[in-house]
Amino acid sequence: MIKNTIKYFAILALGLVACEPEFDNPIEESGIYASGEADFSTYVALGNSLTAGYADGALYITGQENSYPNLLAQQFQLAGGGDFTQPLVEDNTGGLLLGGNQITPNRFVLAIDENGNPGPARYAGAAPTTDIANRLTGSFNNLGAPGAKSFHLVTEGYGNTANVPIGLANPYYARFASADNASILGDAVAQSPTFFSLWIGNNDILSYATSGGVGVDQTGNPDPSTYGGNDITDPGLFDNVYRTMVGTLVASGSKGVVLSLPDVTSIPYFTTVPFAPLSPLNPDFGPQIPTLNATYAGLNQAFAFLGVPERSIQFSTTAASAVVIKDESLTDISAQLTQVLTPTFGAELAAIYGAQYGQARQANANDLLVLPSSSAIAQLNTDRLTELVSFGLTQEQAGQLSVNGITFPLEDQYVLTAAEQALISAARTSYNASIRAVAEENGLAFYDAAADLAILANTGIPFDGGVVTSDFVTGGGFSLDGVHPTPRGHAIVTNGIIEAIENTYGASLPSVNPGDYGTITLSNEVN
Amino acid sequence: MKKLLLLVVLVLASYTTFAGGYRVGVQGQRAIAMGHTGVAVVDNAELVFFNPAGLVYLENKLNVSAGASGIFTDVIYQNEEFGTSFQTDSSVGTPLNLYGSYQVNDWMAVGLGVYTPYGSEVSWPTDWSGSHLVNNIDLAAIFVQPVVSFKISDHFSIGGGPIYVTGSVNFNRNANRTTTDLEGNRANITVDDSGVTNWGWSVGAMFSPTDNFRVGFNYRSEIILEAEGGEATFANFPNSPAAPANGTTTFSAELPLPAELTIGVSYQYGEKWTFAFDYNRQFWDVYESLDLQFGNGATSINPRNYKNSSVYRFGAEYKATDKISLRAGYYRDESPVQPGYFAPETPRNDSDGFTGGLSFAINSKLAIDASFFYLRFEEVNASYDYYEENGQQVPFEGTYKSSAFAPGLGLTYKL
Repeated sequence: MIKNTIKYFAILALGLVACEPEFDNPIEESGIYASGEADFSTYVALGNSLTAGYADGALYITGQENSYPNLLAQQFQLAGGGDFTQPLVEDNTGGLLLGGNQITPNRFVLAIDENGNPGPARYAGAAPTTDIANRLTGSFNNLGAPGAKSFHLVTEGYGNTANVPIGLANPYYARFASADNASILGDAVAQSPTFFSLWIGNNDILSYATSGGVGVDQTGNPDPSTYGGNDITDPGLFDNVYRTMVGTLVASGSKGVVLSLPDVTSIPYFTTVPFAPLSPLNPDFGPQIPTLNATYAGLNQAFAFLGVPERSIQFSTTAASAVVIKDESLTDISAQLTQVLTPTFGAELAAIYGAQYGQARQANANDLLVLPSSSAIAQLNTDRLTELVSFGLTQEQAGQLSVNGITFPLEDQYVLTAAEQALISAARTSYNASIRAVAEENGLAFYDAAADLAILANTGIPFDGGVVTSDFVTGGGFSLDGVHPTPRGHAIVTNGIIEAIENTYGASLPSVNPGDYGTITLSNEVN
Repeated sequence: MKKLLLLVVLVLASYTTFAGGYRVGVQGQRAIAMGHTGVAVVDNAELVFFNPAGLVYLENKLNVSAGASGIFTDVIYQNEEFGTSFQTDSSVGTPLNLYGSYQVNDWMAVGLGVYTPYGSEVSWPTDWSGSHLVNNIDLAAIFVQPVVSFKISDHFSIGGGPIYVTGSVNFNRNANRTTTDLEGNRANITVDDSGVTNWGWSVGAMFSPTDNFRVGFNYRSEIILEAEGGEATFANFPNSPAAPANGTTTFSAELPLPAELTIGVSYQYGEKWTFAFDYNRQFWDVYESLDLQFGNGATSINPRNYKNSSVYRFGAEYKATDKISLRAGYYRDESPVQPGYFAPETPRNDSDGFTGGLSFAINSKLAIDASFFYLRFEEVNASYDYYEENGQQVPFEGTYKSSAFAPGLGLTYKL
């Protein structure tokens, strides 16, 4: 009888196995998700910093893990997608080394100062450990290279470590290029991708924009070897390169998705610092206003005399005033100004005034002040101070004339003027026309990232925990460099791409929940 | 080796899951086999729990029942919109029970019981998509209860006694959906406390109009476990004045063990058959909110808003031979969780329990009892809607399915 009891227990134990719960429609196997006409088995992502997962002014592991290509690949895996490897850096500090010397800075974190005010600061809690001299082996599905422009993707040798110090190669690509003379496009094609994403062209205008328009608009010049780093790429060259890339990728039957390029005014780097940030309530500035206005009155008379009264400078005692900027598109009237001011100030001082205000004006609503200007405005420009002292001014005189944006016009790098914005806009419109045309010609999915980022900047995009906007620090969409998305921003881009792929290829994919993805990282381990 | 054994025993002795909320209906091997009925069944010392009034009707002077079950549980979760799916780490819980009764004289019996009617052990994969609600929880409560039973007449008896409870809790969850330290490790909080004690009581009555028909009633009081000065550990918060400091602080919280009312009947048909029906009413409405107050000033408010719930239990016993009794049962267990309050720390919806078992009498004094139950939960689309981010409700929803299987063994000794 005991034997029988044991037998019953054996049967009961078998029952255990059968008792595992199982859904009527388990998502993994019920065919809920499908790739449609696409094939996600080998997905490669081409692009720049956005594709790489660069954020907070650096490339670090968690940023890479939350890059839109990686999020996309995870969703693809429920519809036949394969493994997705990324050239992960060594740490979450960010910052690159070359032969032990740091060549790019650490990431930004949000630090709280002693007065309780939050602000971005470079993380200093650990030293960077990613040395680009240590090239990774193997192939990588995410080929995003921070800093890359359109033509860089087809440039052989763009990952040659030896050329990094002279600016002819990309330090990020140098980490994982298949060979010194490899190109990003070549490394993509070598993997025989069945699906690709391409988001390139942002830096073709963005480096011009983020540098405040210090570069040159190369429209009409199709030779990139003559370009400077902050120049606007010729739209003709862009179109040519873009067609080459897509043509090469689809030649073997690969499907793909391409993305449009957002407007700079969608990005907090250009929208955070107001053109009129000088408050009369500021105890360091307000009491100075009468003196400043009295001083500028003389200059304004000279402007009027020279026929440019619109350049007059005056600070309001009741409302925030615009900063004084240097606008390189204005006619340089330094010489005339010096001449007019000489009787009053003497030749020496008049020459200084003339040079300092020859292209000066107050900013207006059409000017965009870049994010780094926030830490420059109303600060003493020590370079200018030293310079003025060397011209023979006293320390006090020199100091009074060296306050950024108040007495010393903000330099070109801090301001994107309307004229500069027009150049960017023209190039971007042309690039986006090329992207859309190439997508249509090749039957590719097209995601209008520019449209969604404009919505992000205007009304915001709702998610289950609120609304994501492009407001700096608080909006949730952009990291602390003001240019690159947060993980939550990447989640929104991922959903946009998924929708485009579903529409074009009849695929069916799960979306990601932006609320599950973080925004900015707090840390007080800063310098 | 001895240490290892001790560890194994400790791990197994984490008194586990099942039934609505965190009630664990596993309080006697013979009862389990009969659908966990017993308020009107006079058979053995399990009556200490089911209805102390019945103890005085037991035929033997000394009755002892001891048993343990191994509960194998699984919960699966998926969300079709986001393509996420998770499964709890299959935990094995071993609720124990030990009962004894002694017939003092013709009209009085005394008894003692040690049992574990509440508990929950659920381990989701760390950082799963509901990790802001729970990563893992291990809740246990041991009841120790002396009882006394009086025969008022041949047809009517009463019984009852005080209950001493000692409970413990270990609960971990992430601070929210996104906060991490610089390395991307999710910020989380663990609360841990043990030796949380309180007192309660139960009373029962039994009416036996004829020799083969009994009616039982039992009421067990509500007991609130108040954890004060327990240990809370904050981990992986970013190093910033704007975030809580990592390390340990204290916490206070209250967890109610709700009152339970049972009425039932049993009917003996001939020499071989016994049928039983129990109705349980569990007063879960006391569980309004799980509120944690931390020593560092942080609070966590988690509305639960449970409702009172019922369980309908049916059981039968067939004395196949002198030595062998076969038992079977069924019960319908209604969940106390209301729509919108389905939290993954106790992912229980309505369930059907199928039970069976047998006793084998080794001799006239000693019997081996075996039981099993299989608890089948319907697949349910459910959500917990009362998690808030910046004042906005953020529902956590998905499809859940659970199952539990529990074989058990025990001994009954009569002298």
